[in-house]
Amino acid sequence: MSGHSTYIPKSGIEKWLDSRLPIIRLAHDSFVDFPTPRNLNYWWTFGAILSFMLAVMIVSGIVLAMHYTPNTALAFGSVEHIMRDVNYGWLIRFIHANGASMFFLAVYIHIFRGMYYGSYKAPREVLWILGVLIFLLMMATAFLGYTLPWGQMSFWGATVITNLFSAIPLVGEQLHTWLLGGFSVDNAALNRFFSLHYLLPFVIAGVVVLHIWALHVPGNGNPLGINVKGPQDTVPFHPYYTVKDVFALSIFLLFYMGIVFYKPEFFGNPDNAIPANPLVTPAHIVPEWYLLPFYAILRSIPDKLAGVLAMFGSIAILFVLPWLDTSKVRSGRFRPLFQIFFWLLLIDTIVLGYVGGNPPEEPLLTVGRIATFWYFLHFLIILPVLGLIEKPKKLPESIAAAVLPKGAMAASVKP
Amino acid sequence: MSAHFLPRLLAAALLVPALAGPVRAEDHPTLKKVEWSFEKPLGTYERPALQRGFQVFKEICSSCHTLHYVNFRNLADHGGPGFSVAEVKAIAAAYQKDVLDDTGQPKQVPRTPSDGFPDPFANEQAARASNGGALPPDLSLITHAREGGANYVYSLLTGFKEPPAGFEMRPGMNYNEAFAGHQIAMPAQLTEGRVTYTDGTAATPDQMAHDVVTFLEWAADPKMEERKRLGLNVMTYLAALSLLLFLAYRKVWHDKH
Repeated sequence: MSGHSTYIPKSGIEKWLDSRLPIIRLAHDSFVDFPTPRNLNYWWTFGAILSFMLAVMIVSGIVLAMHYTPNTALAFGSVEHIMRDVNYGWLIRFIHANGASMFFLAVYIHIFRGMYYGSYKAPREVLWILGVLIFLLMMATAFLGYTLPWGQMSFWGATVITNLFSAIPLVGEQLHTWLLGGFSVDNAALNRFFSLHYLLPFVIAGVVVLHIWALHVPGNGNPLGINVKGPQDTVPFHPYYTVKDVFALSIFLLFYMGIVFYKPEFFGNPDNAIPANPLVTPAHIVPEWYLLPFYAILRSIPDKLAGVLAMFGSIAILFVLPWLDTSKVRSGRFRPLFQIFFWLLLIDTIVLGYVGGNPPEEPLLTVGRIATFWYFLHFLIILPVLGLIEKPKKLPESIAAAVLPKGAMAASVKP
Repeated sequence: MSAHFLPRLLAAALLVPALAGPVRAEDHPTLKKVEWSFEKPLGTYERPALQRGFQVFKEICSSCHTLHYVNFRNLADHGGPGFSVAEVKAIAAAYQKDVLDDTGQPKQVPRTPSDGFPDPFANEQAARASNGGALPPDLSLITHAREGGANYVYSLLTGFKEPPAGFEMRPGMNYNEAFAGHQIAMPAQLTEGRVTYTDGTAATPDQMAHDVVTFLEWAADPKMEERKRLGLNVMTYLAALSLLLFLAYRKVWHDKH
């Protein structure tokens, strides 16, 4: 799809720039004239929504950093200063704090869309791997950011998660101390968490550029999962998908702003309104909702090291997903058996999230163990076997043949 | 299963855990449910209740509890108790603070609107010593810092009872229905007629609890009224924008479907 460029520089300055740094040509070919399958549904708008969210988080975060103080004695008070004394500080902070939840909501939809429609399959494996890398970076960034307000859950969440590193054999304890800059989460840790929380979003932005680059080499997948065969299958990105993406973004913003203005503490935890106190442990230490499924996997294994490995393994497994799925058919729409297991995996993940948010007691402990087992079973056994035994439905001849009314084909072929 | 059913189910399945919010398993006793004016979508704080609640805080709570993130000047802010600037100056001037004079000698001067309430105790040890070993928490964020929020604080303030028969109490502790474990160091404070309201309202325990909780909710969320007002503009704007974008989308795509 990265064919010849259709950009024609018009003014003198555009011609001058084009022969030195063809950046306008790059933008034109990537976001204006980029041929895009004509049948993308609304699940495909979350890529644009996620790009927008990254920008929102970086801009609001930069403003917050102007008023925040990364010091254990001052951090909590500086957040209250933002909420009470900084002009519209409350708005910027609620946009940032709830933005994290919205970012993850959008990324989970984006990931499950990719799974359902087989977006990770050849030739888009690198695109998918870069996406998983972004997801991993997002989790690290969100975890670091959650410690900054220095409330009780900030402190104890950071204590629990950084403790995981001490499970590593031989070097665990030393690594834990080195990472924290001390024997426990304290001022040195808060300072480096702040530094890294500021750094990682720009790393994410860099990987997002690679992600889009890797997208633009093979071009977009589509709900039918069949290749684009010619111009009758595509429309230019602009205006067709710019207008669709912006409309979807506007609806997404209605939901996001509804929470920011009317339920801004909805995703919050009351314990984080209490300043961090190393001497008082909250009754239940829970991470933010978007990390709960992984927390459940961690806790469902009775051994600490094995739990840590299972938790990281549950994400690591996503990196090799393109090779675990043996089916030649991309879209789940034509895979009746796969569909069933896709929904089971989604339900399984939600169950894990519920288990992760509750104390590890029976019967939830057993439920969590079954759900953890199913999660790995799905990727390691079911997916590879499904591709071999499943009889997929018949694929349409082409995108245009499938989505255009009869007779419109001929008309749409005309330039 | 049709092609449209699946995406809808996906949407529903993904939204359910998000909307259900973080799952918490606090085994708090059942709380009293009060209809708070500030909990309605466009609700505001009751101005008279804020002023009465401030009086309850000043005359009762502030003798043990701090309110670090509220300054006297905030009492005149929009969306707050609505005291005038002159009233705030008078309220602040009733308290003293330690400063150094030009020769470096300590002296006391009246507080100004940019100050807050003085700390009731010199330090944490003194506070604990005066309260049976317990530290009275700062109240600036108390309604946000407890599961159940305003209803919890209300239930706690009105939840003092005689312990049930056979319930073993530690010395100096008080039985409270709403408190986890039911033993709290704070004794019942809001007794009938404990304050004399300047607006003539009868100071029943329920009334005082209602008023001071309203005041504390404002202390924790002083920008609520501004937030809801601005939110209405933002939501209206986004709704109109979405409609226009939808029409633009229809027009752009009309010959491509």
